[in-house]
Amino acid sequence: MTSVLKISDLHVSVGETPILNGVNMEIRQGEVHALMGPNGSGKSTLAYALAGHPNYNVTAGSIEIDGVNVTAMEADERARLGMFLAFQYPVVIPGVKVADFLRHAVSNVRNPERKEGEGLIGMREFRKEIRERMTELGMDHEFARRYLNDGFSGGEKKRMEILQLAMLQPRFAILDETDSGLDSDAVRVVSEGLAKLAGPLMGVLIITHHKRLLEFNPPQFTHVMLGGRIVEIGDAALAHDLHANGYATVRARHPEAENTKAEAAAVAS
Amino acid sequence: MSTDAPVKPDAKKSDVEFGSYKYGFHDSMDNYAFKSRKGLDPQIVRQISEMKGEPEWMTNFRLDSLAIFESRPMPNWGGDMSDLNFQDIFYYMKAANEQETSWDDVPEDIRRTYDRLGIPEAEKKYLSGVKAQYDSEVVYGSLQEDLAKQGVIFTDTDSALRDHPELFREYFATIIPPGDNKFAALNSAVWSGGSFIYIPKGVKIEFPLQAYFRINSQNMGQFERTLIIVDEGASVHYVEGCTAPTYSSNSLHSAVVEIVVKRGARCRYTTIQNWSSNVYNLVTKRAMAYGDSLMEWIDGNLGSKLTMKYPAIWLMEPGARGETLSIAFAGPGQHQDAGAKMVHCAPNTSSRIISKSISRGGGRSSYRGLVKIHKNAKNCRSNVVCDALILDPASRSDTYPYIEVEEQDVAIEHEASVSKIGEEQLFYLMSRGLTEAEASAMIVTGFIEPLVKELPMEYAVEMNRLIELQMEGSVG
Ligand SMILES: Nc1ncnc2c1ncn2[C@@H]1O[C@H](COP(=O)(O)OP(=O)(O)O)[C@@H](O)[C@H]1O
Ligand SMILES: [Mg+2]
Repeated sequence: MTSVLKISDLHVSVGETPILNGVNMEIRQGEVHALMGPNGSGKSTLAYALAGHPNYNVTAGSIEIDGVNVTAMEADERARLGMFLAFQYPVVIPGVKVADFLRHAVSNVRNPERKEGEGLIGMREFRKEIRERMTELGMDHEFARRYLNDGFSGGEKKRMEILQLAMLQPRFAILDETDSGLDSDAVRVVSEGLAKLAGPLMGVLIITHHKRLLEFNPPQFTHVMLGGRIVEIGDAALAHDLHANGYATVRARHPEAENTKAEAAAVAS
Repeated sequence: MSTDAPVKPDAKKSDVEFGSYKYGFHDSMDNYAFKSRKGLDPQIVRQISEMKGEPEWMTNFRLDSLAIFESRPMPNWGGDMSDLNFQDIFYYMKAANEQETSWDDVPEDIRRTYDRLGIPEAEKKYLSGVKAQYDSEVVYGSLQEDLAKQGVIFTDTDSALRDHPELFREYFATIIPPGDNKFAALNSAVWSGGSFIYIPKGVKIEFPLQAYFRINSQNMGQFERTLIIVDEGASVHYVEGCTAPTYSSNSLHSAVVEIVVKRGARCRYTTIQNWSSNVYNLVTKRAMAYGDSLMEWIDGNLGSKLTMKYPAIWLMEPGARGETLSIAFAGPGQHQDAGAKMVHCAPNTSSRIISKSISRGGGRSSYRGLVKIHKNAKNCRSNVVCDALILDPASRSDTYPYIEVEEQDVAIEHEASVSKIGEEQLFYLMSRGLTEAEASAMIVTGFIEPLVKELPMEYAVEMNRLIELQMEGSVG
C-alpha cells in the first residue's frame, strides 16, 4: 500500500498570530513535491507544524498519515510513524555524540514499540551501517564521534541532516532549505545524496530557493505559498518559471493573499 | 511516573532508616562500640581524642580548634543554615565491628536503586551497611604491597598519626589551619578518618588510588580529614566518594582536605558525592602547588540539602598550574553553592576554572568563585567558564564571580552562560524519535560530558546512569 500524507485546511498560529490560513496538500510515497514562496510566506511554519513543534499550534484543519490523524501527536510519535524534517537551521547539542544520538533515534524509529530503557539496535550492525552511509555522503567517519552539529560548518550541518535522513529512512521527508548557504560542491553532494535516498518508498517535500536540488530531484508537483496559503499548483515547469522570473507575477495574480496576512497581523497586534 | 521509580532524594523516611544501616547499627544502643553523647563541648572533644589514644599535641590542637569554632559567627552568605543545630549532632561514633544486618532488611526501593546503578554485590552490601567493613584487604592486598615497595603511604588518617607521626605533624593543618573558617575549625576539633597519602620523590602512580576500594567505617565519616603530600616530580590521581546515594542519618558532613604538590609534581583529586537530601555538606579543600607543578580538582556534587564547597589552589611558585572542573546537580529541595578559588602568589602561574551546574525541580545552584592575583605575580593567566543549565521555571541558578587583582600584568578571562534546557534542542531530538525524557536526559548528559570524560571509566558509567535516574519522572 502506498502511504499518504494528507494536509487538510491547516491553520497554524504562533502564539496569538495566525500564520497558515488553510493549507491543503497531499503527498504520496514516491512523489517529489516542491514548495516555493517568498521569505516569510510560511514555508518553515508548515514544515514545523508537520514535524510537531510544540510552539506551532494547529487551530483548525488536520494532518493525517494513512488516515490516522497525527495533529495532536508529539514530535517523537510522528517520527515513529515516518515523518522527518531536515532543519533549515540544525540545532547544536553539545556533548552528545552523533553515533550515540543516532543509534538511539534509529532504535526508536525502527522499533516504534520500543520502551524507554529497552535495548538499542546492535552496536556492530549500527556501526557498519552508519559508516556505509557516511562513505556514500562523502563524510569522514570521524563525524560519528563528534558532538552533534557542534562546531560544524554550514555544509557539514546540512550533510548531517541528510545522514540522519539516510539512517532513519522516513516515509515522508521535508527538506527546509537544505541547499541554502552552501557552496556549489556542497549543494551537489546534498542533491545527489537526496536523489539516491528518495525512492519509491519516500514522499519528499522540498522547500528551496535554488534550482540545483530540484534539477537532481525533479518535482512532479510545485506548490506556491503566499501569505500562509497555497495559491498555485503546477509541475516542474512552474518551479523553473519562478526561479527564472521571481514572485512578482504570482503576487500580481493573487493580491488578496498577502492582504489576508496583513489583516491577520493587525488583528493580533 | 512509573511504579518502579528510583529512590527520590526527598524520601525522608528511607533516609533515616537507611542511615542506621550505613553505620552498621540499629537504634538500640547496644550495637555501638562507642558513641559520644549529642552536642559539642571540651569534654566531648577530649573524649574523642582519648578514645583514639592520641598524643597530647593533638588533644590540645582539637581543643584550641573548638575554641576557634565557638568564637566564629556563622557565615552570612552561601546558603540557608538556619535549621542546623550543632548541639543536636553526634560528633563521634564508632561502629561495632562486623555488625551485620540482613540484606533483606534493606528497603526495597534502595536495593532497586543499587541494582539499577549496576553496583557490584560486595560494594552494595557495604553501602547499605549490611557489611560494616568492606573486605578490601583480600582483593587489594597485592596492590597495597606494590605501593609500599615504592615507599608510598596510603592509609587512613588516624593510623597515619600513629604510624608516621613526624611526617604527619610536618604537614597537618599547615595548608588549612583551624582559623581558616568556622567549619575548618569544627573539623579540626572533631575530625576522624579520611585518607593519608604520601608519594615519594619521582614516584608516578599510573592507576587512580581509590578510597572506594578501602572504605571502612572510619573512612567515610562525617568529619573526615584527608592529607596528601606529593613529593617532587611525583604524580598521583586520587578518587573519593562514589555515585551511589550515600544515606546518612547525620545531618552534617564537614570534611577538610589538604594537599601539597611539590616542585614538578602532579596531583588530580576526583570527588563524586551524592548525599541524601537531609545533609549539610560543608567542605574545605585546599592545595598548595609549588614550582612547575599541576594540581587539578574534579568535583562532582549531587544530592544534599546544602553543599558549600570551593576547592582552592594556591599557586606558590612560578610555573605552577591549577585547574578545577566543578559540576553540581541541584534537585528538589537542594542548594548547591559550589565553585573554586585560585590564588596566584607567584609570577608565571596559570589557572583554569570550569563550572557546570544543572538545576531541576525547584533546585538551586550557585557558582561562587574567586580569582586572586597578588602584587608582583606578573604574567599570570586565569580563565573561568561557568555554564548553568536550568531545566524548569521553578529552578534557579546564580553566579558570584569575585576577582581581586593587585598586579597589572595579568590576563583574566571570564565567561558565564545560563541556558534553559533548549526547547529547540528538545524538539530537534524528539523529531528524530526520542521521547521527551530520553531527549532531556541526553541533553543533560551532553552538558556534563566534559566532566564525565575526565572520570575513571566505572565512575563515568555510574555518573551517566545516575543522571538518567535523576531525570526520570522529571518531565511530562
Ligand atoms: N516562532 C515564531 N515566532 C513569531 N513569528 C514567527 C515564528 N515563526 C514564524 N513566524 C512568522 O511567520 C511568518 C512565516 O515565517 P516562516 O514560516 O519562517 O516563513 P518562510 O519559511 O516561508 O520564510 C513570518 O512572518 C514569521 O515572522
Ligand atoms: Mg523558512
